[in-house]
Amino acid sequence: MTSRFRSKEFWTPAMITGGGLLMALILIAIIAPSTMKQAAEQLTPHAALGPSAEHWLGTDDFGRDLLARALVATRLTLLMTAGAAAISVVSGVVIGLAIWLSGRRVREIALRILETAVAYPSLIFALVIAAVLEPGVSSAVIAIGIAGIPGFARITANLASAVSSSDYVVTARLLGVSPVRIAARHMLPNMAEPLLILSATVFALSLVEISALSFIGLGVQSPEYDFGRLLNDSLGALYTQPVEAVGPSVMIALTGLSVMLIGDALAAHADPRAKRSFFRRVLDRNRTVPLAESDTALVRVKNLRVSIPGRQELVKGVSFSINPGEVVALVGESGSGKSLTAMAVAGLPSEDLAVDADLLRVGDMNMLAAPDQSRLAKEISIVYQDPGTTFNPSLRMGSQLTEVLRTHLGMGRAEAREVIVNALASVNITQPAHRLRQHPHELSGGMRQRAMIAASIVTSPKLIVADEPTTALDVTVQAEVLRQFRRIHREQGTAMLFISHDLAVVEALCDTILVMKSGEIVERLTAAELAARKVTHSYTKALLAAIPTLELGSAPATSGAPTS
Amino acid sequence: MNANAQIPPAVLGPQPAGLGRRAALAAGKAEGPAAPHAASVTNLNVRFGAAHVLKDVIMAVPAGTVVGLVGESGSGKSTLGKTLVGINKPASGEITIGGEDFTRMHGKRRRQMRREVQYIPQDPYSSLSPRRTTGQTLAEALDPHGANPMEHREVIAAALERVKLDPSAAEKYPHEFSGGQRQRIAIARALMLEPRLVIADEITSALDVSVQADIIRLLQGMRGKVDSAMLFISHNLAVVQQVCDEVMVMYQGRIVEQGLIESVYRNPQHDYTKKLLASVPGSPAFTLD
Repeated sequence: MTSRFRSKEFWTPAMITGGGLLMALILIAIIAPSTMKQAAEQLTPHAALGPSAEHWLGTDDFGRDLLARALVATRLTLLMTAGAAAISVVSGVVIGLAIWLSGRRVREIALRILETAVAYPSLIFALVIAAVLEPGVSSAVIAIGIAGIPGFARITANLASAVSSSDYVVTARLLGVSPVRIAARHMLPNMAEPLLILSATVFALSLVEISALSFIGLGVQSPEYDFGRLLNDSLGALYTQPVEAVGPSVMIALTGLSVMLIGDALAAHADPRAKRSFFRRVLDRNRTVPLAESDTALVRVKNLRVSIPGRQELVKGVSFSINPGEVVALVGESGSGKSLTAMAVAGLPSEDLAVDADLLRVGDMNMLAAPDQSRLAKEISIVYQDPGTTFNPSLRMGSQLTEVLRTHLGMGRAEAREVIVNALASVNITQPAHRLRQHPHELSGGMRQRAMIAASIVTSPKLIVADEPTTALDVTVQAEVLRQFRRIHREQGTAMLFISHDLAVVEALCDTILVMKSGEIVERLTAAELAARKVTHSYTKALLAAIPTLELGSAPATSGAPTS
Repeated sequence: MNANAQIPPAVLGPQPAGLGRRAALAAGKAEGPAAPHAASVTNLNVRFGAAHVLKDVIMAVPAGTVVGLVGESGSGKSTLGKTLVGINKPASGEITIGGEDFTRMHGKRRRQMRREVQYIPQDPYSSLSPRRTTGQTLAEALDPHGANPMEHREVIAAALERVKLDPSAAEKYPHEFSGGQRQRIAIARALMLEPRLVIADEITSALDVSVQADIIRLLQGMRGKVDSAMLFISHNLAVVQQVCDEVMVMYQGRIVEQGLIESVYRNPQHDYTKKLLASVPGSPAFTLD
């Protein structure tokens, strides 16, 4: 943890500005009351002066220096805010965790009560508490502190709910670790980061609310003063001497700003996605590439490189081609660059990656440029790994499956539905017309994946890019899906780029097998070579050896029918 | 359903204390007097609301053996594992751990018994607390209250050695390990208490094939050295063959077939088992046409 705070990435401009500002405010809070008390509180005859070299912000009706008052007020304001925020955060965390540790029924009731409490604006809540208590410093702190508890308790309970369903908490519970220890050992440490960030927000909110309370006279009472009290004092002279409001206003803004900047920087530091650098990809201008007459390949990739800009090359100069009707497999383990290669070919690389190649074309479409959207939709189809996330859960299957047909092929609704119904029937989906009226969750995983495949062929694409299309499926369903790919290939002659980590799967389906490792193609095999295990590269051999194969001995599995 | 596919109810005898559990494997399939069971289940029913997930499940894991549990997603194999550990509550039926009915136990006795069944989850990235060192994680398994790694340094080192990790791993945090190494730590944690039964829930499914091969080798190397029995839940029939002694096939909430790997794979009785075996790419019956 400590080393992370020393790292360069931690000290972003926001962190430096926010941290510097807060340090300055804390210094003021320490020094100002002892050095400027005289100027801030001594009554003098120099009443209601405008700004001058002696009094930068002028003086109030009693001849007190306004700048000094604003600076001296920093200590009380910061202390009150810190106190209120501490009450909210500590009680919130304790209540939130307690809710999560209690039984289901208590938890449900407590959560509903919390939700009701959160629904009230906390300032109104604070006003009621402050009105009940005697106005003053401590009652303002207590009021704002208590008002902030439900919000923080709710956040803690939410975080706790996420952490408590993680495997390590479940395992600890199974090991017999007591709930309190689970909270202390496993939940709090893993919630600390977001809670710390949210504490910054609570601090800023408390500052504004305490100032508001003092401003309307329910908080700090004369002769004590905080920022809000000073604002209240300035109200009477707002038209005659508006500069009086400047000091406390600027101080409130600066304090709030410093804390929010720190909170923002902490949040950005905790979220790795915030570190991603987005950049404008330099696109090739030409949408199409001229084809040499001798070049009959459907897809040609020459020296493809995919990298995280300025950091790491993930695909290191890959070249291959796919002939019309050819089924090519990219095989490798995680991190081999197989999916990145395939997505670059499909024209869908991730936004934060740089893609470069000497040539990257599908047909005559230049995939380094931004190819025509409707041609892209018609000529390349993509089948993803997880049938659970391919479809939008809130829309019916029908409108999702017919989308490409309606937008890019200009079909009417009825016509598109008819085409899709036939396609679904062709991949052995029962009651296809009925399926179109269903939502994705009503279909099984295998059915969704077959629907995806059915939808991918209705545009008669030249190329299907399938990214681990059977990995998330059961073996029996996998076999069925692979059969559909084989049938489509037989009947329509569609070329395919098939990504998989499983050599046994690709052996059955593909003509050419490219083995990838660490961003490079280490071996190119034909299906026959793979079947005969004629591999040369040590990595391919290791990969083959690593795949557990079923040994059935002499008797084949399906030969004998049951005897009964 | 074929009559042979029915599982005979587990014959439960008194637990012969101190008997080398490994010896039970050899006698495991022998007809006759009760082989000691690490765990057995009779007429177990589990419901989630209206869904009847486990239907009259009858099965037994002989002490010291590794039993594979295969079936498609939704068949109930994971639910069975979680019910044995005590995560899910059965609607009816009996779960016997080491000869005693676990479902009727309460309070301290139940907590103690719980430690006799350990669970290894599928995902090595979420099974270890990111803010605790390996030593702390393993110490917690030994001693849930103190969890002080310094007190158990030697036991922890031995446990790490058992899964082929250096004792220095105890000082490190999960993010310093690869997925395969994390899975080893999770295995070490489950074996820490030498429980009667370890439930391994798809522990190689999230791993790359080469890492999966490492874990398989590790499990194979442990045979004979570990007394705990294991219920190895997997959808991969080939992995099950390499790791397990016996296999159970689960289909739609029932166990439809159980037996030694060799006999079930070579001569499957239930239609679903046949379909399953024919679906494995590379198996003789597998065809895409």
